[in-house]
Amino acid sequence: MINLNIKNYLLRHIQVMLFTLGRIWRQPLASLMTFMVIGIALALPASLYVLLKNIEQVSTQWDDVAQISLFLKQNTSDTQAQQLVSELKAWPEITAVSYQSASQSLEEFRQLSGLGSLLDTLPANPLPGVVIVKPDSTDLQPDAIGHLLSRLEVLPDVEQAQLDMEWLQRLRSINETGQRGISILGLLLSLSVLLVIGNTIRLAILNQQSEIRVIKLVGGTNTFIRRPFLYTGFWYGLLGGLVAWLTLLFTMSLINGPINELASQYNSQFTLVWLSGSMMLILPFTGMLLGVMGAWLAVGRHLSAIEPT
Amino acid sequence: MITFTDVYKRYTNQYEALSGLSFELAKGEMAFLTGHSGAGKSTLLKLIALIERASHGQVLVNDQNLMRLPQGKIPYYRRQIGLVFQDHNLLHDRTVFDNVALPLVIAGENHREIGRRVRAALDKVGLLNKERNLPIALSGGEQQRVGIARAVVNRPPILLADEPTGNLDPDLSRDIMHLFEQFNQVGVTVFIATHDLELIKTLPYRQVVLHKGRLAKQGEQSR
Ligand SMILES: Nc1ncnc2c1ncn2[C@@H]1O[C@H](COP(=O)(O)OP(=O)(O)OP(=O)(O)O)[C@@H](O)[C@H]1O
Ligand SMILES: [Mg+2]
Repeated sequence: MINLNIKNYLLRHIQVMLFTLGRIWRQPLASLMTFMVIGIALALPASLYVLLKNIEQVSTQWDDVAQISLFLKQNTSDTQAQQLVSELKAWPEITAVSYQSASQSLEEFRQLSGLGSLLDTLPANPLPGVVIVKPDSTDLQPDAIGHLLSRLEVLPDVEQAQLDMEWLQRLRSINETGQRGISILGLLLSLSVLLVIGNTIRLAILNQQSEIRVIKLVGGTNTFIRRPFLYTGFWYGLLGGLVAWLTLLFTMSLINGPINELASQYNSQFTLVWLSGSMMLILPFTGMLLGVMGAWLAVGRHLSAIEPT
Repeated sequence: MITFTDVYKRYTNQYEALSGLSFELAKGEMAFLTGHSGAGKSTLLKLIALIERASHGQVLVNDQNLMRLPQGKIPYYRRQIGLVFQDHNLLHDRTVFDNVALPLVIAGENHREIGRRVRAALDKVGLLNKERNLPIALSGGEQQRVGIARAVVNRPPILLADEPTGNLDPDLSRDIMHLFEQFNQVGVTVFIATHDLELIKTLPYRQVVLHKGRLAKQGEQSR
């Protein structure tokens, strides 16, 4: 008996689900427009999020090439420099250290610049010795590298410590700001989805006023009357979320080609992260949740106003 | 079955649609509610169906005090009452079958029981062959019979009708009244508001007559 009741209950829900889907199906144009509005509103923050994820991926890839140059004081001898190198090698946050003496630097500069004879006229070597430090990139936090930098700067033989990739940090803070921005944008656009669905449901309720009256007259509870509207919100949200996913895939496929070309020009292993799998779950689920919530709000506000007369 | 004790109904415009009304309808009785236009007939039926609430006094229906019935219980209360209206109140985008099935669907009956009872009700009003039609495809008299089938499909103990023959010609009206008599014969308490004095004077049932919201006359109880 109880089993039968549960079966009846589920059966009724499935019936209402299919019934509301049928109603949506029978107004294809209006429904499609609603799906598109919801889809675009959800696709926008999702695309930005995927974009940020990609930037994040770029910045971790570049961690490998991050290095710090320590310019030594002019009077530092080669022995002192070698001593510094072996000292730094013991630091846990440093993976590799190499030394380039002042004369080596000059030699390199001579080759790169092609200013050979002109440099010979200089009374003394103007270039300092350089110790090149490679930080350990496995536990590289944005401020860890800054912290390391400030510790190296105060070493007695060091004139100046320079992070060769300060733009990396800038990229990271831009990324962080971007993430915050996307959260806010996502929240606002979710709110607009809520309002769109709420308004669609409100119109549906107004359209079915006489039907709601009749149902109330023959003993329909508010739960019973609410149910189809909640399922309508469910469908709008779910299908709108699917549209959002398709929109995302479409935009990604548009930028995938140019990005790959750009990456190959820079000899980079970079490939675009699509996140299509997780987005296929997240977008329809978010849409569905917003749909049911929007419908709930609309029904709550308008249902009690409709009483039989 | 239905007991009014000193009932007043004042609409928001301060107009007293019913004043000091007391009467009683026995279980299984059939009676007519008559009176001039604006006398308060519809108002009285609305009080019984809890579409309106009395401003003062006591309304007892099937041992329930309607003044004390909380709002949330109204849907369940209404399932004990079959309502028939002059303008049918059918859903025009649903078939005859679905219209009649509505009270059973609401009550959560299972599929097979719904099919069985809807067909029984449609058979009773002689519309079994029209179950797949939309209401618009039916004549006024047929639509009214669909409305009656819907009102009785869940076998309520009370049947209320507000001018059920208002738009029908005399022959059809007689058929409809005969239907109500049949439900009454199986124990349903039937209360019908009507203008059709010609028709009801040929029938052996009590008349409750209203005049300006007051009880003008009530005949002998018929059984
Ligand atoms: N919702 C309402 N608000 C205000 N006044 C109302 C309302 N409904 C009815 N009335 C008034 O109450 C009085 C009784 O109306 P009611 O509809 O009960 O009369 P009736 O006997 O059914 O009339 P008829 O035979 O024309 O249907 C009328 O004067 C009407 O104007
Ligand atoms: Mg009336």
